[in-house]
Amino acid sequence: MNRELFRFNGGLHLPDHKAESNTRPIHPPILPARLVISLRQHIGTPAKPIVSVGERVLKGQMIAAAEGIISAAVHASSSGTVRAIDLQTVPHASGLPDLCITIETDGLDQWVTRTPLDYHTLSPSEVRAQLRDLGLVGLGGAVFPGAVKLEVGTNGTYPTLILNGAECEPWITCDDVLMRHHAAEIMQGLSVMHHLLGSTDILIGIEDNKPEALAAMRGAAATLDVPVEVIAVPTRYPGGGAKQLIKTLTGKEVPSGKLSTDIGIQVFNVGTAFALYRAIFKGEPLISRMVTVSGHVQRPQNMEVLIGTPMVALIQSAGERDGRTGILMGGPMMGVPMPREDVPVVKATNCVLVKSDALFPSLPSALPCIRCTRCADACPADLQPQELFRFAKSDDFGRAQEYHLFDCIECGCCSYVCPSHIPLVDFYRYAKSEIWARTKEKTAADQARERHEFRLFRQTREKSEKADKLAARARTQRAASSPPDELASATAASADPEADAKKALIAAAIARAQAKKADAAPKNTDNLSAHTQQEIAEIEARRAKIRAAAHQPLEQEKTP
Amino acid sequence: MFAAIGVMIAIAVVIGVVLGWSAIRLKVEGDPLAEKIDAILPQTQCGQCGYPGCKPYAAAIAAGDADINQCPPGGEDGVKKLAELLGVEVKPLDETHGTPKPKSVAIIDEQICIGCTLCIQACPVDAIVGAAKQMHTVVAAECTGCELCLPPCPVDCIAMVAIGQDLPHWKWRYPVIELKQVA
Repeated sequence: MNRELFRFNGGLHLPDHKAESNTRPIHPPILPARLVISLRQHIGTPAKPIVSVGERVLKGQMIAAAEGIISAAVHASSSGTVRAIDLQTVPHASGLPDLCITIETDGLDQWVTRTPLDYHTLSPSEVRAQLRDLGLVGLGGAVFPGAVKLEVGTNGTYPTLILNGAECEPWITCDDVLMRHHAAEIMQGLSVMHHLLGSTDILIGIEDNKPEALAAMRGAAATLDVPVEVIAVPTRYPGGGAKQLIKTLTGKEVPSGKLSTDIGIQVFNVGTAFALYRAIFKGEPLISRMVTVSGHVQRPQNMEVLIGTPMVALIQSAGERDGRTGILMGGPMMGVPMPREDVPVVKATNCVLVKSDALFPSLPSALPCIRCTRCADACPADLQPQELFRFAKSDDFGRAQEYHLFDCIECGCCSYVCPSHIPLVDFYRYAKSEIWARTKEKTAADQARERHEFRLFRQTREKSEKADKLAARARTQRAASSPPDELASATAASADPEADAKKALIAAAIARAQAKKADAAPKNTDNLSAHTQQEIAEIEARRAKIRAAAHQPLEQEKTP
Repeated sequence: MFAAIGVMIAIAVVIGVVLGWSAIRLKVEGDPLAEKIDAILPQTQCGQCGYPGCKPYAAAIAAGDADINQCPPGGEDGVKKLAELLGVEVKPLDETHGTPKPKSVAIIDEQICIGCTLCIQACPVDAIVGAAKQMHTVVAAECTGCELCLPPCPVDCIAMVAIGQDLPHWKWRYPVIELKQVA
């Protein structure tokens, strides 16, 4: 247990506000009248609906299937009837609507048949396919599809497996409470991860401000047949950031622009391990998760919440209070403000933090940057936030990228310490999304250029092919029509073979036209009755008359 | 003295041969400046600049025949980038070539389409699929929004639809710092 720990640069000691919510028992799931289940629950391609409006669904029934490689299925959180598949406001900073499935619950909470998976007999790829269909995603915040994370790379194994129970963000206690109450299940989930990844070094990092969770996890780890080290890490925000936790536990740094898996380390949240346990040993898809409801409520607590429950229902069950000034999904440092209180809980929702003026006073107006570099001292990613701010502010995105903008984890330490109260992270988010948009535009332009050039190439090719074809046909026709003409125009041909060939072609064309005309002779003229014959004769006579009239000059012309 | 002249002539001949050889062997294909300009242009291939595509316009700018402010889809931003590349003054967009519009894609009303293939022939990036007397449709991901398919359509069944603000296209806005109210 005396593992040498390392220290990441920067970071902050924040008032943790954990005691408010981590002492109450877990509130059982509430069953709202309507569940609004977003189809974009994970990073990657949104799931594709496989139910129709009016259809009855059971709890745990797949309602949207995974689409593409980086995706996961979405399930009904309770039994009921699908009422709508349409655009609804989702928990996202933009407040924009996205495709959701609305289920009117019937109160029966009737499960589909659940079959536990025997992961020892199934091949790893079969297990991963099952997990993808059970909607497993990482619950640490990035909601990356779990099945993809459980796939070992080309090297065949990830030597180090880290379970992240650090939970460094203030106010949030959902992982803490989960570890206290479900340590044994988390360990079973961990053993499945170990089975799939073949890791030899299994570490669990928990911040030392959670002694109960540490004790529970140590107790559960002792019963496991694989060696697991439960390590208390010093409480310092953002010690639960994946890269920071890796540094603290192993001393290794993830190179800029790379993933932890590139250096053989895979990190999962404890919540993911619990969801994996439920999926494998119970056959339950990911339809609920632990959510901390804290801040300006009467009874801050942790709740088991069905995915799709409106956030306002959680606030109500935790006791509403007057003077709410908005809600955050996540903690005070990295959380995003919600556009409305009735947005549904998604798989990424770890905390619903209710704000009030007393708890979260609005920041004073920003002042100019005085380049004090306090932000650089606080930055856990070893960046130069003041420089990044300068470049982001002036839209100098090239320089911002040179200063490793994309290594920023948006932890908010820089904004927190800034004496000028500059919303630094907002600038980095702006710069990042602007760079992504421009990259997308650039690829689209390159694609359009390529397609346009190919079109031009195709047009010239088609033209030349057509010309070749015509020339070839002319040659064969000339060859076919020349032998009979040879005798007749032997003398003329010697004078001008080109003109002769042309004449022959014209003659052939006339012959073809005449043959066609003959083919178009009247049909069904046999065995006609006398009456019909007479009619035809009359019509023909009329036609002849018209033809004759047409050939004669007009009356006026005749008599000027 | 003759030795000195001889040496100078020999050096001149050697250098001449090297330069001549490199002029032939190390020749740069195409016009590097036109390519740089082409990389800045938005590749809508709409022809609003008066040239039959982005590349001819780029070549015309490189040759000094066209101005840098004839590309409405590129917008003021594009003019700025071109001015920076060419070291000339930034100027406002030439209104005679059109005004910038929000990015949009063509949508064919498939109920009305008669399958005449005229739009397919007009599309500069082959983003419309269909065949004679068969319904046509636009591959939205490939459409550059050039509007070249609109005039040839005999039944006016093509409409330009602006790309709406949705989650995948959403961007964080430039942070607006509240100003202190001074009485």
